[in-house]
Amino acid sequence: MTVEIGPQAAARAAEESITIEVTRYDPDSDQELRTQSYEVPLRKDWTVLDGLNHVKDTIDPTLSYRWSCRMGVCGSCGMNIQGQPSLSCGTFLSDFAPGPVRVEPLANFPVVRDLVVDINDFMEKLPKVKPWIIRDDVDVHAGEFLQTPAELDAYTQFSSCINCMLCYSACPVYGLDPEFTGPAAIALAERYNLDSRDRGARERLDVLIEREGLWGCTFVGECTRVCPKHVDPASAIQRYKLKAAQESVRAVLLPRGAG
Amino acid sequence: MSAPVQSRPRSYRRPVSVWWWLKKPTYLLFVLRELSSIFIAWLVAFLVVMVFAVGRGADSYRAFMDWAGSAWVVVINIIAFLFAALHTVTWFLLTPKAMALRVRGKAVPARMIIVGEYVALAVVSAFVIWLVFL
Repeated sequence: MTVEIGPQAAARAAEESITIEVTRYDPDSDQELRTQSYEVPLRKDWTVLDGLNHVKDTIDPTLSYRWSCRMGVCGSCGMNIQGQPSLSCGTFLSDFAPGPVRVEPLANFPVVRDLVVDINDFMEKLPKVKPWIIRDDVDVHAGEFLQTPAELDAYTQFSSCINCMLCYSACPVYGLDPEFTGPAAIALAERYNLDSRDRGARERLDVLIEREGLWGCTFVGECTRVCPKHVDPASAIQRYKLKAAQESVRAVLLPRGAG
Repeated sequence: MSAPVQSRPRSYRRPVSVWWWLKKPTYLLFVLRELSSIFIAWLVAFLVVMVFAVGRGADSYRAFMDWAGSAWVVVINIIAFLFAALHTVTWFLLTPKAMALRVRGKAVPARMIIVGEYVALAVVSAFVIWLVFL
């Protein structure tokens, strides 16, 4: 611990503080998660991430957590704060005054160390839904594919995903059944389905029509509530289900005409 | 020779409690919404039994009404009505999420879809009331 002297130190000492209760886990020595409390200054403009940085810089350098941009665009600093999946850079300590604030790793993922979770499961699922534009008639010399504002509007919302994993942490279906493809991946598949340049809807549906795909979702809707970018994955999945159901009905009614 | 080196550190998987649905009000509301389907099924069965009783004549209908008036059936029906109301309100609120309506290229606002559902409910209810009482 550093010893501060002078008027600045006195001002700091008089400052209000708040307790953060942080989950700790050391894979080399811990058998289970434990909680450690830290006292951090309570300042109006301090986020939970600022609090954690304060701990790391001045109290306990062993604390591990992910962060990068501090402005809600990189999606690295997701944590369960007071039980709610949140970006720690966009969640203010003062909202929880007088405290204490519970800071836990994102739910539903294995904990690697302290607040760091293993998101490899998502990284493996994401390419399976083919989140890229699929079409085989691309002629580079013909120039770009133009889109009208309405065509752009059809998918823009679903393209704002930053892969922060808050929706997976909020989803009880994913918690109970890790095989479930999950909100962000399905929403991204829908983002490309809705893109006027794309022709891959059929290929994606082949993947997502499985039980662990679209139909795993029971429409709890919590993914949409926690999404920091207002992507609304719950809506994307329900719309997708509607289309899949129409497709199935069409396949029965028009065995040769479908597709 | 030493044992093979673990490539990734030992991670900790947290068990999901069977009481997960009590952890957030929104989870509880979801579970209640899903449970409401049992009461909807009960109301459907009640209606079917009533229709059959009517079909078998006045005596049978009277016997059905006596049964329907017994305390436990009334209690179940009150609970079933509350769940049916919950079912209606929650699903009406969720409809715009599944239905993206576009009229002349413009997205229909979610509120309009919900209002449309309540209007349809009012029309159907008015028809039923007319059928039964007038």
